[in-house]
Amino acid sequence: MYEDMVTARYYEERLQEEYLEGKQPAFDISAGPIPGELHLAAGQEAAAVGVCHHLEDEDTVTAPHRPHHVAIAKGIDLKRTTAEIFGRETGLSKGKGGHMHLFDPEINFAGSGIIAQGCPPAAGAGLAAKKRNEDSVAVAFLGEGAISQGAFLESLNFAAVHDLPVVFVIEDNDWAISMPKERVSDVRDGSKRAGGFDMPGVRVDYDDAVAIYEAAGDAIGRARDQNGPTLMEVQVHRRMGHFMGDPEAYRPTENQEAAAARDSIERLVEDMEAYGIEGETLDELRTKAQERVDEAIEWAKDQPRPDPEDAYEDVFVNPPSGATDSEPEFELAGGDD
Amino acid sequence: MAQEERDRRVVERELTMSRAMVEAIAHEMREDEEVFYMGEDVADYGGIFDSTEGLLDEFGYDRVMDVPISETAYLGAAVGAAQAGMRPIAELMFVDFFGVAMDQIYNNMAKNTYMSGGSVNVPMVLTAAVGGTYNDAGQHSQTLYGTFAHLPGMKVVVPSTAYDAKGLMHNAIRDDDPVVYLFHKRLMGIGWMPAPGGPKTPVPKTDYTIPFGSADVKREGSDVTVVTLGLHVHRALEAAESLADDGVDAEVIDLRTLVPLDTETVVDSVRKTGNLVVVDEDYRSFGVTGEIVASVADEALENLDAVERVALPDVPIPYARSMENEVIPDVQDIEDAIQATR
Ligand SMILES: Cc1ncc(C[n+]2csc(CCOP(=O)(O)OP(=O)(O)O)c2C)c(N)n1
Repeated sequence: MYEDMVTARYYEERLQEEYLEGKQPAFDISAGPIPGELHLAAGQEAAAVGVCHHLEDEDTVTAPHRPHHVAIAKGIDLKRTTAEIFGRETGLSKGKGGHMHLFDPEINFAGSGIIAQGCPPAAGAGLAAKKRNEDSVAVAFLGEGAISQGAFLESLNFAAVHDLPVVFVIEDNDWAISMPKERVSDVRDGSKRAGGFDMPGVRVDYDDAVAIYEAAGDAIGRARDQNGPTLMEVQVHRRMGHFMGDPEAYRPTENQEAAAARDSIERLVEDMEAYGIEGETLDELRTKAQERVDEAIEWAKDQPRPDPEDAYEDVFVNPPSGATDSEPEFELAGGDD
Repeated sequence: MAQEERDRRVVERELTMSRAMVEAIAHEMREDEEVFYMGEDVADYGGIFDSTEGLLDEFGYDRVMDVPISETAYLGAAVGAAQAGMRPIAELMFVDFFGVAMDQIYNNMAKNTYMSGGSVNVPMVLTAAVGGTYNDAGQHSQTLYGTFAHLPGMKVVVPSTAYDAKGLMHNAIRDDDPVVYLFHKRLMGIGWMPAPGGPKTPVPKTDYTIPFGSADVKREGSDVTVVTLGLHVHRALEAAESLADDGVDAEVIDLRTLVPLDTETVVDSVRKTGNLVVVDEDYRSFGVTGEIVASVADEALENLDAVERVALPDVPIPYARSMENEVIPDVQDIEDAIQATR
């Protein structure tokens, strides 16, 4: 878990550097090697690793707009992810999706930039597993701001009435862009919404990867054993702005300092040291993680950019004739000659 | 100072499009207690695209309301408040998010007047940001005004300059019907997304309205009529200027509203020039370009020598810059289309 957490943190630090290139001194979102928005998850790693370390490739994960830590914990192809974020041809989505829309079917990972819209497809993956009598599970990640969405509440109900093997994980980082959580919901503990659907709800405080791991183990075990869905809420912290370039004028400095002070990685290190795990071992893991990240970034930057014409491909898997310029590979049957 | 001189100075004050919109909203809020604004990140943040910057200071949280991320609830609540006689302005941050609340938009907001036989009306404004050009991929870059214009019951407004943005906003808030007011991110004058030169214009301090259904001839010309809206007004003007050096004189018409649609201005222009180019950042099929061409064909087929359509090909907007540039019409695409009518 530690290795994935430091990989995710270092990965985002490197992305941040790359993102800012060409965007300084005046921030212009459309300049530089990484275009578009970039939502970083520094401070939220414990949620991703605590849950995903129970998962296999067959298990499905849907991630929201802030996906990197979850993707890494699920075991996504880091090189192709990076190429995607740099908008390159060999990226996971051939440069069509970008950082909010990472799709890796090898590990059943999918993203969506629309709030809470990963919940219904996760329920669908659970439904497929149930219908086929497989023991795979699905996990939908969402933010605490997303729990007011219809799609989330409808998915809870759907998963509950059909006893689907789904775990909903709310990453409570206190903020939805500029909205503090107390202004989003009168119920501070989002996992309490589970009660309305007669499903178990649990909340884990303190950015604690080990406690999250244990709670997730119960929830995922229950789903695998065909005992239905669970709603989990875990406390994490958003150390950065909502997206790169967010001036965060709405956020009191004390809140930013508090977020920085409660770091999930530091907490895990303390725990591990208390267990007698050597600092040297941790250093080694960190170095290994950094090498892997640097290698992925270097590789990605060397990859070709998509041909503009590629924009027309992939709208359909079975393109209607005339949809692209390319000639069909087959001869039409029949005809006059 | 003479009054005339003062007027001139006032008008020479230039505003960005977002400042002009906010000025109109603030004016209406001052005049009418029933006007209020709600949306995500519109209070403390001032709107992700500066669409409400400064309003919280003057009007407080009661009248500039942040809402939970629940578009169905707050857009539907705007419908309810409007039916109760208030005049809500509800902001959907990106137009691409309309899907999560479309039912409230097209089954309630847009239809209740008709289905009630006119006994109920819905005087609200739905604002939303539209447009690509900054590589944010398929769920955050669409324009989609064609969809709203296609479904009956909503007036659809798409300003391209600060002057128009203010006048159209005054009109939108005072209108007794639901108005969908779509602003292009690239025109707002936001610090982190530089705007082209055009949208920042002189804006009078006083209130004024621009009637819906009055297209604006942004450049007069005799050879070809270019019909467009939003960001592409500026791209079309640039194309027209560049072709002027080659002796092609293009007229550029800014539709400003899609519903109601001012076909008269367009048809008159085509009668003069004989050639029509329609430019649109929305998808090509079943959209604005087809509508304009059909309207002109209805009324002035005999005057129509050549027609070209420039629009987003029917693909979701790709992320990588090379592909996004390919699909979103640029100045060169417009120049080529104009040349093709020659
Ligand atoms: C349906 C919809 N509404 C609004 C948005 C804009 N938006 C993107 S992220 C975000 C805040 C999300 O907050 P939260 O769920 O707490 O996740 P966090 O960003 O804190 O990780 C909003 C409002 C969106 N993407 N989709």
